[in-house]
Amino acid sequence: MARVYIDKEDRIITIAAGTVRELLQKLKIPSNTVIVTRNDEIIIETEKLNQKDNLKIIYVVSGG
Amino acid sequence: MVCKHCLSKPVIYFPINSTQLCKSCFFRYLESKVKKTISKYKLIEPKDHIVVAISGGKDSLTTLSFINKIANKQRTIKITAVLIDEGISNYRSKTIVDAKKFCKKNKITLKVYSFKKEFGFTLDQMIIKLKMKPCTICGVLRRYLLNTKSQLLNANKLATGHNLEDESQSVIMNQFRNNVEISARMGPITGVIINKKFIRRIKPLYLCTEKEIGLFAFLNGFISGYHECPYAEQSYRQDVKDMLNNFDEKYPGTKYSIIQSFLEILPLLKNKYKSNIRLKYCISCGEPTSKEECQACQLIKKLK
Repeated sequence: MARVYIDKEDRIITIAAGTVRELLQKLKIPSNTVIVTRNDEIIIETEKLNQKDNLKIIYVVSGG
Repeated sequence: MVCKHCLSKPVIYFPINSTQLCKSCFFRYLESKVKKTISKYKLIEPKDHIVVAISGGKDSLTTLSFINKIANKQRTIKITAVLIDEGISNYRSKTIVDAKKFCKKNKITLKVYSFKKEFGFTLDQMIIKLKMKPCTICGVLRRYLLNTKSQLLNANKLATGHNLEDESQSVIMNQFRNNVEISARMGPITGVIINKKFIRRIKPLYLCTEKEIGLFAFLNGFISGYHECPYAEQSYRQDVKDMLNNFDEKYPGTKYSIIQSFLEILPLLKNKYKSNIRLKYCISCGEPTSKEECQACQLIKKLK
């Protein structure tokens, strides 16, 4: 299970997903609204995830 | 997976053509796109004095970064950053820190004007007093201040951080509300009438997506964290934005197609509605308006 911090909601979740794209689909987050990092390095949608990954989902869209 | 140009580690994936770019190739790609927009639509010319409207967010600081780079090469171009502090508690004060830090680091003159000082009330207070939608009040008064302060600073252009998303949302909103005439006033450069009181607006990020801009700002360390306007969820624009983001996720390139087709018909729209533009001057403040009294003065009167 990967550990994921979502900055917009300021919460941490644990979730199983094969790739970044699958992770975002499970969380219903459009990939065009966020960037994802692993150990502070950006990873793209096609990147495979490992069980013990520490990930961050950073929203790049602003409201208003 | 590697960068399509240099085989380095990628930082962005483009679902429209299933390609990816590394950090340096992405920076070159984005700068080239912005420069092409500026050149194609003649957004910046020698001897321009450009006021760059900044909020401290990713769009405005990215705009300022690109324009500053151009101004540093073409020394006849002058730039001034202007920030409007609407007075939104626990929001604007955070982004002002990022804006000040950016301007100080890049030696850019920054002028800050607040609703409280200019109109006597913060936006938070105005919402309670006027019982109107926050975005309506904010939009009218921000535009008013940016236009009048740009004149005060003797600027001839006003640059904003509007991007592909903002513009595609506006096109769709105007379609949904049958406001096509308003779309005729849009585009990468606005202000069809040559008038000293009407500062032309330029949008260098016109063809850039929010993800591209957000990534650029993130990689350059422009912003300190996620800040969202607390009033954003209440707007019609936010609903259209969510709808387009979900649609673009399913059908990549949708927003870009909206803008490209809009740019195709824009000259026709401008031609059709040019006779409808009868510019008057506000009876209270003397600023350009389409009515007897401008919307800003009408709001200010209601506040008294």
